[in-house]
Amino acid sequence: MDASSISMYLEETWATIYMTLISSAISYMIGIPLGVILVVTDKDGIAPCRPVHTVLGVFINIFRSIPFLILLVMVLPITKFMVHTTLGPKAIIPPLIFASAPYIGRMVESSLKEVNAGVIEAAKSMGATNWQIIYKVLLPEARPSLLVGAAICITTILSYSAMAGFVGGGGLGAIALNYGYYRYQTDIMMISVIILVILVQIIQEFWMRLARATDKRARN
Amino acid sequence: MAKGDNIVRLVHMGKTFHTDSGDVKALDDINLDIKEGSIQGIIGLSGAGKSTLVRCINYLEVPTSGQVLFEGQSLGDMTDAEVREARKKMGMIFQQFNLLDQRNLLKNVTFPLEISGISGKIAKDRAMELLRLVGLEDRVKNYPAQLSGGQKQRVAIARALATNPKVLLCDEATSALDPKTTAQILDLLKKINKELGVTVIVITHQMSVIEAICDSVAIIDHSHIAESGPVSEIFANPKTDIGRKLILGNGDINETPITFGDSTKKKIRIVFDGLSAYKPVISEMTLACKVPVNILFANTREVEGKAVGQMVVELPDDHTEADQITGYLRDNEITFEEVR
Repeated sequence: MDASSISMYLEETWATIYMTLISSAISYMIGIPLGVILVVTDKDGIAPCRPVHTVLGVFINIFRSIPFLILLVMVLPITKFMVHTTLGPKAIIPPLIFASAPYIGRMVESSLKEVNAGVIEAAKSMGATNWQIIYKVLLPEARPSLLVGAAICITTILSYSAMAGFVGGGGLGAIALNYGYYRYQTDIMMISVIILVILVQIIQEFWMRLARATDKRARN
Repeated sequence: MAKGDNIVRLVHMGKTFHTDSGDVKALDDINLDIKEGSIQGIIGLSGAGKSTLVRCINYLEVPTSGQVLFEGQSLGDMTDAEVREARKKMGMIFQQFNLLDQRNLLKNVTFPLEISGISGKIAKDRAMELLRLVGLEDRVKNYPAQLSGGQKQRVAIARALATNPKVLLCDEATSALDPKTTAQILDLLKKINKELGVTVIVITHQMSVIEAICDSVAIIDHSHIAESGPVSEIFANPKTDIGRKLILGNGDINETPITFGDSTKKKIRIVFDGLSAYKPVISEMTLACKVPVNILFANTREVEGKAVGQMVVELPDDHTEADQITGYLRDNEITFEEVR
């Protein structure tokens, strides 16, 4: 393997990591509030509000049912407006956020629902406000489950980012597509796939370890 | 507010749940005055409404009729913020402890202080003081998962006391614990009542818990208060079927009721208070009357150094002999009543 192809792999691996991390961070900033609102406004939540819960639920389901590749094309005008380009790693970030924020919202919702209702009742009995229950009880008590969810969400975003190649988005997916699919250079495709597999392994392992290390429930 | 005043008053309080399968009346016309500094018991079978009742006291459940007065003020007239302030004066502990799993013991006890806007050294010192009170000062860095049930309940008690509440609500606080740990937790509650002057409201299905620590008791049956009053009076002379069932059921109403031998014979229940329990009452009675009696059921235990208990005896068929025995008991001022 020559120096130029090594630098190509390095560059595109970095592009993949960049797209994944930025999209994950922004998606979580949107997804956590979405999940919190879903849980809080649910009929047995701390501030039940059926209209909000239903409308938000439908909205999330609509975004989750659009295949990512279609979504990628559908949001192109929005992408252009947000990042002033429809090419390169930057251009893949808006569609990644549109696809993953609702998904993360659902993951956060299911994590928060695992929090024991008795603990929430105890906080209420101490005179806690709903805000205090959210940031002092719901989120901290759900932390291990949220971290496990993050491992799943981030690896999903990573695999979505590989589709960026279809819109000239760069990254490892683009190498696999351009060399493997269009030029039949299977070896190059295989190498980029192997790098993707390694990245997924690293992310999954890191977050699972973090979840275990910070969970205080079963450590004697 | 002086000791002896009513700190909590429930006035014609009712709670109806609206469910898909129609309305369910959980509580109906509940009237109960709880004196400051007392230990009030509320007992009933499961489903009687006692858990709903305790949640109405701090408005975790909002009653659908009547009033809840705390320190003379109606919770129904308060804003949400005022209700939250009132809750800070009422600690609560639960059957399943409900500790925060991801916080260590110290942080669990400082939690209600954080909610009240108290942090730093003041909160830490207060938490340490309370953890010492419950005997867990050497476990502050531990997490709830590392504790036994009794220890978890101790932490929950320390946490409930952090904001210096006037009332401590205990919802089946000992039901998940073994008998020995139950006794320790009850002792702790008694100590908190005596030393800190906290009014304790105990919800339970076990008569033994009521006997052990309560001054007064209210018996809840089918959403109503069947009877209420001082524990000694209710215990000596229950007026309702549910009261008799709870007392005779050996302190645990989940046991099957005892059927007392031959149903045609006359039976009496003799109640022992602190004095009579140390005297050989039955032996003296049979010696004095020269009449044998059949002991069907007996149950005595020590409460605060006094023996209390009860015994059911079957009287002879002969009316004169039976009258001789009841006369003897009356003469010796021993409480008894006829049972079926």
